[in-house]
Amino acid sequence: MAHTVLTQADITRALTRISHEILESNRGPDNLVILGIPTRGVILARRIADIIQRIEPAATMLRVGSLDVTLYRDDLAHGRTRTPSRTEVPGSIDGATVVLVDDVLYSGRTIRSALDALGDHGRPTIVRLAVLVDRGHRELPIRADFVGRNLPTATDERINVHLVESDGDEFVSIDGGSNR
Amino acid sequence: MRHLLSTKDLSRDEAINLLDIAEDMADVAEREVKKLPTLRGKTVVNLFFEDSTRTRISFEAAAKRLSADVINFSAKGSSVSKGESLKDTAQTLAAIGADGVVIRHPASGAPAVLAASGWIDAGIINAGDGTHEHPTQALLDAFTIRRRIHGQASRGTGLDGVSVTIVGDVLHSRVARSNLWLLTTLGADVTFVAPPTLLPSDTSLWPARFSFDLDDAIDAGPDVVMMLRIQTERMHAAFFPSSREYSRVWGLDDARFRRLGPASIVMHPGPMNRGLEISSAAADSANSTVLEQVTNGVSVRMAALYLLLSGDRKESKNVD
Amino acid sequence: MSIDGLQQHELQERWLIRGATLPDGTSTDIRLDGRGITELGIGLSQSGASVIDAEGLIALPGLVDLHAHLREPGYEHSETVLSGSRAAARGGFTSVFAMANTLPAQDTAGVVEQVLALGESAGYVDVQPIGAVTVGLAGKQLAELGAMASSKARVRVFSDDGFCVSDPLLMRRALEYVKAFDGVIAQHSQEPRLTENAQMNEGALSGELGLVGWPAVAEESIIARDVLLAEHVGSRLHVCHVSTAGSVDVIRWAKARGINVTAEVTPHHLLLTEDLVRGYDARFKVNPPLRSREDVQALRAGLADGTIDIVATDHAPHPVESKDCEWDAAANGMVGLESALSVVHAAVVATGLLDWADIERVLSRTPARIGRLVGQGNPIAVGSPAELTLYDPAATRVFGREDLAGTSTNSPYLSMTLPGEVRATFHRGYPTVLDGVVRSSLEIADQASGVVVHG
Ligand SMILES: [Zn+2]
Repeated sequence: MAHTVLTQADITRALTRISHEILESNRGPDNLVILGIPTRGVILARRIADIIQRIEPAATMLRVGSLDVTLYRDDLAHGRTRTPSRTEVPGSIDGATVVLVDDVLYSGRTIRSALDALGDHGRPTIVRLAVLVDRGHRELPIRADFVGRNLPTATDERINVHLVESDGDEFVSIDGGSNR
Repeated sequence: MRHLLSTKDLSRDEAINLLDIAEDMADVAEREVKKLPTLRGKTVVNLFFEDSTRTRISFEAAAKRLSADVINFSAKGSSVSKGESLKDTAQTLAAIGADGVVIRHPASGAPAVLAASGWIDAGIINAGDGTHEHPTQALLDAFTIRRRIHGQASRGTGLDGVSVTIVGDVLHSRVARSNLWLLTTLGADVTFVAPPTLLPSDTSLWPARFSFDLDDAIDAGPDVVMMLRIQTERMHAAFFPSSREYSRVWGLDDARFRRLGPASIVMHPGPMNRGLEISSAAADSANSTVLEQVTNGVSVRMAALYLLLSGDRKESKNVD
Repeated sequence: MSIDGLQQHELQERWLIRGATLPDGTSTDIRLDGRGITELGIGLSQSGASVIDAEGLIALPGLVDLHAHLREPGYEHSETVLSGSRAAARGGFTSVFAMANTLPAQDTAGVVEQVLALGESAGYVDVQPIGAVTVGLAGKQLAELGAMASSKARVRVFSDDGFCVSDPLLMRRALEYVKAFDGVIAQHSQEPRLTENAQMNEGALSGELGLVGWPAVAEESIIARDVLLAEHVGSRLHVCHVSTAGSVDVIRWAKARGINVTAEVTPHHLLLTEDLVRGYDARFKVNPPLRSREDVQALRAGLADGTIDIVATDHAPHPVESKDCEWDAAANGMVGLESALSVVHAAVVATGLLDWADIERVLSRTPARIGRLVGQGNPIAVGSPAELTLYDPAATRVFGREDLAGTSTNSPYLSMTLPGEVRATFHRGYPTVLDGVVRSSLEIADQASGVVVHG
């Protein structure tokens, strides 16, 4: 059924690489705000912040938080009523470089909602996007700046992301799909 | 949530979830942009068969902060009293395309009748029906108590072990009823203090304590004292002899207020009769949450509107 | 009301009811025609008669309702004497006492005679008008009780039902005055000050629902006062729609004391409780209100031990708009004629408290006697008027709109499962209901006009 595409070690390696890439594109840790999108994006954001901290021990100004997009979704009229998660934006984001972090990039609608939400919190100079997995099938003109792994998928497949903090174990797997 | 008609059937989880969402809504009020796009394209009708500017503007602010369109329909003294029925009004609102109806009505049960009628398919929020319930008032009271006690750590918590003494015209108070069910569901201990004439004749099914002696109740050191508004018309129906006697025996005067603990919370749903059920010193003290209650009212009503008007209505659970 | 002087051509219709069960449990054939019940026994000849197979059916004397609101004149959008008569026939009734709260009120000889005439021309049941106690039911001045008594309507029952004759002096005078013609005052026992704006039974539930309570003491205190007044003036009192356990106690005490009091209970107070108010569905709004489970038990016991003499429907039709609204604004009352026998069956027969002989007593014989109605409430015997009902006690049905035969549909029983069904009703020798279907108004009016009646 489900087959694992990323092990815990793969995930750690991917996050380390992303952290380096973030530092490189930002020319250091200054003015960085890392915002995870609940639930697993927040965990990934914290890990990335930790890695950056280790790489750049002097980066005391590094800020990390969460940005819930529930109240900005464009599909609220459908499905079950969603319970929002906590938004914690650490200080002003005006003029900052914000890195949004999510586990899986798919249609792009969540990121569209996140950009709207972010706009209501302030005006960052730059907004970047980091994702653990990009599975394709975009519905909006959105792309990730930092990608852990590109995984071509069929639309009827499901990507499962498990992280130790939320699930007790850690891997990324794919299941379902008619042609596998 | 299909409708919000009563706090009686709200489960503890549902109540805490609503209060937690209200915390998120309160956070939004702290931001530079206080508006959310959440209910864009939804229409909320404030259907008020009874005057209450305070409650109406609170719901109006809540709906507008969620980007809903708001229509205020004041049915008092208009065609309704000349025989236009609740049914006709409801069908009119359905034709207008209301997604949510916030109803205030002098008849107990009118929101329940509207919700069960099939005249309109909108989510119904009871904004006070007769002497029955006023669920959003109780929710904002619970929210206010929780914030005072738990502060930033409020999310996910109930009111376990919190002692709340509610004083005044319990018989005619929808606020008292809604608070009874909600506060006890959240784990609080509720005591009602009132003249015997202003308690229901049979309170055997109410999970609360009852007392006729406010001084005893004050000396018991409650965490919260909630004073209910007394309507002076009641004395004409022989519920109590005079406002002077009421104030002396059942009012939170300066002396009683001073006997309360320093951390105790003094609440009033408003509008207050200063000098009658509550003294100015008590109402304006640091213990008083009267203005916080107004602020929190908007957050709680945003949460209620969000829960009612988002999601597929066919899949939502009926809470009444 | 006696029937005689039948014209020859009206004697054609003869009926043979085959194998019916009488209230005492015995089985018999019954022959009847316009003159009355002509023959009882097993294996009767069917010559010249239409035959009804009544195997498994109970034959009861035609039911008599001492308390119904037929709304005409004045409220014809709710019910007319004709439509109410059809509802009555559907429920197995052959006689209905029509309450006085019409518009104009039945407070003069003219109005009661008008109602009587409407009943005669409808022809489904004997419609016996009740006279108002006070002019316009206003509780101020005695109506012309004597004129109504001596009118063609021969009024014996007087009531301001809907309102209580709360003025003790007026009540005393009314009780005294009707002794002149063996009348009875049927009191709607409701202390008005204790029930201002009352919406439901006062108790734990009214406190929770925030509805103004209608306390039991408001009924019991009036009954207590009235039985003492009846004793004092040596007159006859009838207590309408007893609804509380305390009222049963007061009446039991009064009867033990020898006071001439009779009492009725409605089918709905025997079956339904206040818990139904919870959804604020105004179909359950009635006056006196639905009470607690304990009250229902006490009423059943009171009916079983004879403290309560009869069951009367308090059939109270209202148009849809009077119920399709918030509770406070809704009208009080329920239609009850069509469902009465089934509801009583469910409440006190199925529970073993009453048998069918008791049902004959409480729904036919005693109400006719209290109302001084001759020609009704007689046992099924040779020579009795041909007034009877065939009831299938084994049937069950989900009570629906199609079971209602009046103008209004404000029944609390819609979509409830009820036992039993009226299969046929005979009035003056002709069927008003056959095979469970009410016969057409034209057929019945023709039948009725063929029969000469002397009041
Ligand atoms: Zn009555």
